Amino acid sequence: MREKSYLRVLGAVLLAALPLLLSGCSSALMDPKGQVGEEQKVLIITAFALMLIVVIPVIVMTLLFAYRYRESNKEATYKPNWAHSTAIEVVVWLVPCVIIVVLAILTWITSHSLNPMKPIASEDGKETMEIQAVSLDWKWLFIYPEQKIATVNELAIPTNTPIRFHISSGSVMNSFWVPELGTQIYAMAGMDSQLHLIANETGEWQGKSSNYSGAGFAGMTFPTHSLSEEDFKAWVQKVKDESSKTLSFDDGYQELAKPSEDVPVQYFSKVSPNLYNNILNSFRKGISDEHGETGEQEHGERMSAEAAE
Amino acid sequence: MFGKLSLDSIPYHEPIIMSTVAVIAIVGAALVGWITVNKKWTYLWSEWITSIDHKKLGIMYFLVALVMLVRGFADAIMMRTQQAMAAGGAEGYLPPEHYDQIFSAHGVIMIFFVAMPMVIGLMNLVVPLQIGARDVAFPFMNNLSFWLFAAGVVLVNVSLFVGEFAKTGWLAYAPLSEAKYSPGVGVDYWIWALQISGIGTTLTGINFFVTIMKMRTKGMTLFRLPIFTWTCLVTNVLIIAAFPILTATIALLTLDRYFDFHFFTNDMGGNMMMYVNLIWAWGHPEVYILILPAFGVFSEVISTFAKKRLFGYNTMVWATLAIGVLSFIVWLHHFFTMGAGANVNAFFGIMTMIIAIPTGVKIFNWLFTMYRGRLEFSSPVLWTLGFIITFTIGGMTGVMLAVPAADFVLHNSLFVIAHFHNVIIGGVVFGMMAGYTFWFPKAFGFKLDEKWGKRSFWFWLVGFYVAFMPLYILSFYGAVRRMQSYANDEWQPLMIVAWFGAVLILCGIACTAIQLIVSIRDREKNKDVTGDPWGGRTLEWAVSSPPPYYNFAHLPEIHSIDNFWEDKQKNQGKAQLADPETIEYKDIHMPRNTVAGPVMGAFSIVFGFALVWHIWWLVGVGALGMFAAFMGRIFNEDIDYYVPAEEVKRIETEHHKQVEMQA
Repeated sequence: MREKSYLRVLGAVLLAALPLLLSGCSSALMDPKGQVGEEQKVLIITAFALMLIVVIPVIVMTLLFAYRYRESNKEATYKPNWAHSTAIEVVVWLVPCVIIVVLAILTWITSHSLNPMKPIASEDGKETMEIQAVSLDWKWLFIYPEQKIATVNELAIPTNTPIRFHISSGSVMNSFWVPELGTQIYAMAGMDSQLHLIANETGEWQGKSSNYSGAGFAGMTFPTHSLSEEDFKAWVQKVKDESSKTLSFDDGYQELAKPSEDVPVQYFSKVSPNLYNNILNSFRKGISDEHGETGEQEHGERMSAEAAE
Repeated sequence: MFGKLSLDSIPYHEPIIMSTVAVIAIVGAALVGWITVNKKWTYLWSEWITSIDHKKLGIMYFLVALVMLVRGFADAIMMRTQQAMAAGGAEGYLPPEHYDQIFSAHGVIMIFFVAMPMVIGLMNLVVPLQIGARDVAFPFMNNLSFWLFAAGVVLVNVSLFVGEFAKTGWLAYAPLSEAKYSPGVGVDYWIWALQISGIGTTLTGINFFVTIMKMRTKGMTLFRLPIFTWTCLVTNVLIIAAFPILTATIALLTLDRYFDFHFFTNDMGGNMMMYVNLIWAWGHPEVYILILPAFGVFSEVISTFAKKRLFGYNTMVWATLAIGVLSFIVWLHHFFTMGAGANVNAFFGIMTMIIAIPTGVKIFNWLFTMYRGRLEFSSPVLWTLGFIITFTIGGMTGVMLAVPAADFVLHNSLFVIAHFHNVIIGGVVFGMMAGYTFWFPKAFGFKLDEKWGKRSFWFWLVGFYVAFMPLYILSFYGAVRRMQSYANDEWQPLMIVAWFGAVLILCGIACTAIQLIVSIRDREKNKDVTGDPWGGRTLEWAVSSPPPYYNFAHLPEIHSIDNFWEDKQKNQGKAQLADPETIEYKDIHMPRNTVAGPVMGAFSIVFGFALVWHIWWLVGVGALGMFAAFMGRIFNEDIDYYVPAEEVKRIETEHHKQVEMQA
C-alpha cells in the first residue's frame, strides 16, 4: 500500500507544477520582443524537448522498476547475480550519445549564429545604431554617440533597427541585460564588450544588471523603450530640451561615478565624444604608455578595439 | 595594538545578530556546564579531540556539518523571507548591507562547511573499512585536516559576531572583492576561513588517495574496489588537482588586498577575468568532488537494498573516471557571457554536455540494478529514488545552461539558482542523507529511526520542488539572483510559494533532528549486534558496529567485488564467524593519539583572526604556535604502539558472544 501513496504524492506534485509551468508562456523569455530573443526561445524549447527523450523514460522507469521490483512482490523475477547485459549497456551509452551529438551540433551552430559580436542585418536595410552602456555604482550610463546625448537609468531604442551596444564598466563587474531582447553581456572595467540586439516591437521593458555588484545592485534597473522612428527622434529631442547638462570625463562623470543607489533617470543634452573611450582608458594606466584622459577621438577608437581583443 | 579591531566591530545595533549571539552563548554555556558536571572533559580530549581514529574523525566531520547545516539554512530562510516581502518597492526587513552578507555566507557555508565535511566525514568513516585497512595512511595528518577545517568553521562563525562577513557572493569575484570596493574585513574572513580549511581539504585528498592506493587489503585489486571507494578515489584526485588552484587564487587576492598588488584590480594591469577563470577552474571540479561520493553512496544503497549486484560495475567505474577528467575542461561554462568568441564558447558548451553521457549511463545503471531485484523501501532507498528523479531534472536544466546561446538569457538568473540547488539538494544532500542513514549503525551500533527518516525525506523532497520550481519560472520573467528587493509585484506570489517550500525543508531538517533524538532514546530497540544490519555486501559490514579501533583483527582477503555477500550466500545468508577460541591473534600496530593536531588548529584560528584584523603581533603568535606544535610532533618519537594479542582476543570474544546470544 505504501508504494501507492508514493505514486499519489508524486502525481500530485507534478499536477501542481503543470499550471506553474504553463504560466511561463507569457514570460520575457517565452514571449520575446526581438529577433535574438526569438531564436533563443526556439533554442531553449528545442533543447528541452530533446532532453525529454531521455528524462521522461528515466522518470517512468524509476517509478516502474521501484514498484515492480518491490520486496513484497514475490512474483517479479529475482536475479541477484544478474549484473551485466551488453545489449542494455550499448543502449544506455548510445541513446545519450546520440542526443548529445544532436545538441552539440545545435550548440555549435547557435554559438555562431547568436554570437553577440555578430552584427544583425535589418530586414529593411536600416543601418546599425550604436549605444555605449557603462555600469557604474549603482546605475547605468547610456551614451548615444550619434545623437550626442546621454542618459542615466533609461534606455530608448528605435524599433526594427539593429543596435550595437558597447558595454563597459566604470566600477566592478555587472551584466547588461534586457530579458525581452535576449542576450546579456558582462560589463567590465577597461574592457569593451560588444552586443548586437534588435527590438522588433515597440514597448517598454525592464532592463537590469544581472551580475551582483554590491549594495545598490537591486536598484540597477532601467526602463527600456522601444520606439518607432518618429517617437525615437522625439525622445532624443526631449532629452536635449529637458536638460541643459553636459557630460565629459572631467566634467560631470567623476561626480556621476560616485556610488549612489536607486538613482532616478537623468538626461544629458551634450556629451563629449571621447567619454566612453576615456572611461575605458582610465583603467589602462600602467599597462603601456600613458594615453592621457582626453585622448583624440581616433586614438580612442583604436584603444577600444584593442580592449576588445 | 589591536589592528583594525575595536569594540565598534561588534554589531550591537543588529537585533537579529545579537539574539543569535545570545542563543549560541546560552546553548554553549549549557553544553560546557553539562560536560563539566559530568566530568567529560578528559573523555572528550582523549577519545575525540586528539583521536586519530578515522571513524571518530568521520563522526566529528558529520556532526559539524549538521550543525552548520542549521546555520546555512537559517541564512536560506532569511533570504527567502526577504524576497517574499521585498516586492514592488518594499524594502523587506533586511537592508542590502545585511542581505548581501547572508547570501554570501549561505553559499560559503553550504558548500565548504556542510557539503564538504559531509562528504569527507562519510569518506573517513567508510573508506578504510571498505578496503580492509586499520586506519588511513597518515593518521596524524587526518586529525590535523579536521582541526584545520574546524578552524575555518570557527572563523566563519566569528565573523557573525565580530566584524562582518563578505558581501561579495560566495566566490568573491574580483574586482568587487578588492580592497577598493570591499574595504571591510568581510572578504578577509572569507579569505582566511577558506585558506585554512582548504589546506585541510588538500591534506585529506592526499591522505585518502594514498590510503586507497597503498592500503587495500589482500586481493582487493582496483577493479574489486567497492564503488563508494572508487568514487572517493576519483574525488580525492580531483581535490589534489583542484584545491591548490583555489589556494593560489585566494593567495593572489590576498596579495592584492594586503600588499596593494594588482593581479585582479581594475587598473594597473590587473585582470578580473583571470580571477573568474581561476576560481572556476577550481569551482567546477569542486562540484564533482561533492557529487561523485554521493553517486557512490547511491550505488551502495541501491545494490544493498535491491539485494542484487550493482549493474555494470565496470561501466560505473569508467563513467566515474570520465566525469573526473571532463570536470577540468568545462569551467568556462560559468561565464559564457564574458564575451569569449563563439568557438571557445561552443567548445566548452559541448564539453559540458558530454559529461551528461557518463552521468546518464550511471542513472541507467542504478535503474537496472533495481531491475530484477527485491527492493526494500528503506529510507536510504527513498533518498535514492528521490535523487534519481530530481537529479535527472537538474541534469536537464544543466544541459540547457550548457548551450551558450541559451545561457545568454539564463545566466545569472534564478534559473541558475534553481538548477544548482536541483543537483546539489537532489544529488549531494539526498546522497549524504542516504549515506548518513546507511552507515549510522556502523558508526554507533544502532539504527536510525525509520519513521522520522521517511518523514524527513518527504519534507525535503516536496519542500525542494515547492521552493525551487517557482524560481525556474521566475527566471523566465527575468528575475536575477542576489536581489535584495525588486520592483516587480507580479513576482511576489511565486516568491511566497518558494518561501513556503523553504519552510517545508525546515520541517525536513527538524525531522532529522527528532530522528536523532528518538533513535538515541530507542537505541536498545534498534541495536545492531551483528554489525551487518542491512545484509551488506562490502567489508565494513564484516566487522562489529561500532568497529573495534583496530577495525580488523585479521586483515581480510577478498576474491571478488561482493566478496562478503557471496560468503554469506554460501552460509545461508549469515556471516561466517569463527570461534575466537580457535583463532590465533597477533599484536596490532596502531598510531597514538595526537596533541599537535588540535593545538595547530587552535593556533591557526588565532593566526587567521589576527590576519583578518591586521593584528600583526598576534599573527606572529599564531604562526609560532603552529610551528612549535608541528616541531613538537616531528621530534616526538612515541607516535605508535602495539595492541597486545590478548586485548584483541578479549574484544573479539566479546563481540562473538553478543552475536551468539542474539542468535
